[in-house]
Amino acid sequence: MIAEFGLAALWLAAALAALQLVAGAFGLTRRGAALGGIVRPVAVVQGLLALVSFLCLIYVFAVTDLSVKLVAMNSHSMKPLVFKIAGAWGNHEGSMLLWVTVMGMAGGFVALIERRLPEPTMLATLAGQAFVSLGFYAFLLIASNPFERLSPVPAEGNGLNPLLQDLGLAFHPPTLYLGYVGLSVAFSFAIGALVTREVGPAFARAMRPWVMGAWIFLTVGITAGSYWAYYELGWGGWWFWDPVENASLMPWLAATALLHSASVLAARNALRAWTIMLGVVAFSMSMIGTFLVRSGILTSVHAFAVDPERGSFILALLAINIGGALTLFALRAATVTEGERFALVSREGALVFNNVMLSAILGIVLFGTLYPLVAEAMGAKVSVGPPYFNPMGALFTVPMLIVLAVGPLLRWRRDAFGRVGKRLVIPAMLGAAGVIALLVIGGVAFLPFIGLVLAVGLAWASLMPLRERNLRRTPLPVWGMVIAHFGIAVALFGMSSESAFSVEKLVAVRPGETTQVGPWLVRLEKVEPVAGPNWTALEAELKVRYKGSDPVTTRPQSRSFWAPPQQTSESSLLTRWNGQLYSVLGGEAEDGRWQLRLWWKPFVTLIWLGGLLIALGGVLALIGRVKSDLRRHIARDKIADRRESQGR
Amino acid sequence: MAVKAKHQRLVLLLVALVVLIGAGLLAAWALRNQASYFYVPNEIVADPPAPDRAVRLGGMVEKGSLKTEADGVTIAFIVEDGKARVPVTFQGIVPSLFVEGSGVVAEGRMGKDGTFVADNLLAKHDENYVPREMQEMTAAQADRVVAETQ
Repeated sequence: MIAEFGLAALWLAAALAALQLVAGAFGLTRRGAALGGIVRPVAVVQGLLALVSFLCLIYVFAVTDLSVKLVAMNSHSMKPLVFKIAGAWGNHEGSMLLWVTVMGMAGGFVALIERRLPEPTMLATLAGQAFVSLGFYAFLLIASNPFERLSPVPAEGNGLNPLLQDLGLAFHPPTLYLGYVGLSVAFSFAIGALVTREVGPAFARAMRPWVMGAWIFLTVGITAGSYWAYYELGWGGWWFWDPVENASLMPWLAATALLHSASVLAARNALRAWTIMLGVVAFSMSMIGTFLVRSGILTSVHAFAVDPERGSFILALLAINIGGALTLFALRAATVTEGERFALVSREGALVFNNVMLSAILGIVLFGTLYPLVAEAMGAKVSVGPPYFNPMGALFTVPMLIVLAVGPLLRWRRDAFGRVGKRLVIPAMLGAAGVIALLVIGGVAFLPFIGLVLAVGLAWASLMPLRERNLRRTPLPVWGMVIAHFGIAVALFGMSSESAFSVEKLVAVRPGETTQVGPWLVRLEKVEPVAGPNWTALEAELKVRYKGSDPVTTRPQSRSFWAPPQQTSESSLLTRWNGQLYSVLGGEAEDGRWQLRLWWKPFVTLIWLGGLLIALGGVLALIGRVKSDLRRHIARDKIADRRESQGR
Repeated sequence: MAVKAKHQRLVLLLVALVVLIGAGLLAAWALRNQASYFYVPNEIVADPPAPDRAVRLGGMVEKGSLKTEADGVTIAFIVEDGKARVPVTFQGIVPSLFVEGSGVVAEGRMGKDGTFVADNLLAKHDENYVPREMQEMTAAQADRVVAETQ
C-alpha cells in the first residue's frame, strides 16, 4: 500500500513538473502572465511530493517489505535498522529517486525564498528546473521504477554489499547528491538569465548563495567519501582516481570556479558570459558523473549492475540538457554585453587565472576519466591512474596555488606587485625554510616536496588578508575566504606529508611477536573470533606503543558477511596529533603466523581536516551573505514603510 | 597592459582557449604514455611492455601453482590463459576470493626476467562487482571449455 502511495506521489510530482514547465514558459509571454502566478506554489508542492515518495521508499526499506522488488534485491531482514534505511539509496533506483527528490526540493526551496531575481528571470529559472526534473522523472517512472512489486514474495532479501554497510554510507551519498543536484539551481539560474538576458551583479548575488550551498555539500561529501574509502577499503590510500571519485571532483572544480567568477560578477560586473557558462558546466559535470556511474560503462566499486537501456536513457537526457543549454548559450552569449574592464594585475586578474587553471584541471580529469572509454572503442583496454592524474593535475594546481597566495591581497581593478610584494616576504621565507628542511631530511619525491613547501607558504599567505583589519569587524565572507584558503594549505600539507613520510610494513607474525613500523612498536597479542549482527569476524588484538609511551590496544578485523557472502577487512585506526597508525589483519599463514599490514601515516588526518575547513569557510561566507541580504531587505522595507507613512 | 585592449573579453577568451587547448594536448600526450594497458599472458609473453611501465595482467591462476614464501607475506603463482604462462609475485594481503583456478587481474610491472611483479590483485568481489576485464575473461574461458570438450 505504502509502495503504491509512493509511486502515486511520484507520478503526481512528475505531472506538476510538467505543469511548472508549461506555466513558467507561458508566464513569460504577455498573454500568459496570469499563469506565471502558479509557478512558485507548483514548484513547492512538486518538491514536497517527491519528498513524500522518497519517504515511502525509506519506509518500505525500514520494514523490509519484501514484496517490493527493490527491497528484495537489496535488503535483508537481519540488517541493523540504520543500514536498512541507508540501503534505500544504496542501489540504482533508490539513488535516482533521491536525485529527483533533491532536485524537486531545491526547486521548491528557490521558489519559496528567492525574492531578489526579477520575476521573468525567476519564471524562466523555475521552468528550466522543471524541464531538467521532468527528464529524470521520466527516467525513474519508465526505466527504473523503485516501487515495482515482486510476485511471489521471497522469504528473504539478497542483502546489501557489505562494503556499503557502514555509517559512512548513511551520510556520504545523500551529502554528495545535495551537492550534485544543488548545482541544478545554478544551471537553471543560468538558463533563466540567458532567456531574459538579465546578467549582472544582482543576478550573481542571487545565484551565489545557492552555488555556495551546493558547493559546501560537495566539499563535505568528497571529504567524507575520501575518508570512507580510506578506512573501509583497507588499502591505506585516500584517493584512487576512481571514475566515481572523479565524477564528484569534476562538479566541485567547476563549482569552485563558478563561486569565484560569480564574486567577480557581483563585485565588479565583469566575467558575465563566463559565469553563465560555468553555471551550465557545473551541473553538466554532475550529470556526466551520474551517467558514468549509473550507466555501468565504467567499472567501479560504486557502479551498481545496470542494463545498457538505462545507460542510453541517461545519455539521451544528458545530450538534451547539456546540448540544449549550450545551444541557448551560443545563441545568447553574444547579446550579453561585455562587462567592466580590469588590469592584468588585479583581483579580477588573479581570479581569472584561478578560473582558467581550475578549468584546465577539470579538463585533465575529464579526459583521464573518459579516455578508457575512447580507447576501448578503438579496441585497446586501458586504465588511467595516478601516474597520469598526479603530475598532470599538479602542473596546473601549483601555479594556481601560487596565485592563490597573492590574489586575495590584490585590489580590484588595478594593482601593482610591488605593493603586495612586501607582505609576501614571510610566506616566501617560510617556503624557503621548508625547502632547506626537506633537503636536509632528504629522500622526498618531487611532487610531495613541492606540495609541502607550497603548503607552508600558502598557510601563512592565506591569513594575510586579515592583517590590518579589526578582527571583530571583519565581515564573515572575508573570514570564510581566509579559512577556506587556509584549509587548502592544511589539506595540501596532509596529502604531501602522507605521500612523503608514510611508512609501510607487511609482516607475518605469531601471537606474542613484536614488529616495528615507523616510531611504533606493534605486538600481536592474539587473534579471536567475534560475531556481529550479520557477520562473523576474526579480530586481532594489537598492543601498540608509540616511542616508549604506554601501550594502547587496537583491533583490526577480517569480517565475513553471510548475506551476501563476502569478506571485508575492517582496518583499525589509531589517531595521534601527528598522524595515524593504520592496521589491517590479513590471512593466516601456514605455520600459525598472521599477516599484518601496518602503516604509520604522519599528518594524514590533515587531509580531511583541511577539507572540513574549506567547507567551514563556505558556511561562514554563506551565513555572512544571507545575513547582509536580510539586513538590506529589512532596511529596504523600513524605507518603504517610512515613505508610505510620510506620503499619508 | 591589456586594459587598453578594445575588447578585453576577446583577449581573455583567447588566453583561456590557448591554456585549455594546451592542457588538452598535454593530457592527450600524457594519456598515451601513462595509461595502463591490459594484457593476457599470451600477449605479454609475445610482446612484453617496458619494465618501468604500469600494466595489468589478467588470466586464470594455475592450479597447484600458488606458493607462499618463507616471510609469510610474499606469494608466487602462475597466471595462464591456455596459451602462455606467466609467473607472478605479489607482496600483500590477497583478496578473499583469490583462489587457484579462478580469474585474477594483477596490476603491476613486467620484470626483465619475465616475472610479473604485482602491486595489487583484483579478484571477483561478488556477483555485483566483477572487474570489467574479468567478465570478458570468463566468457573467453567458457569458449575455451567448449573448444576443449568438442
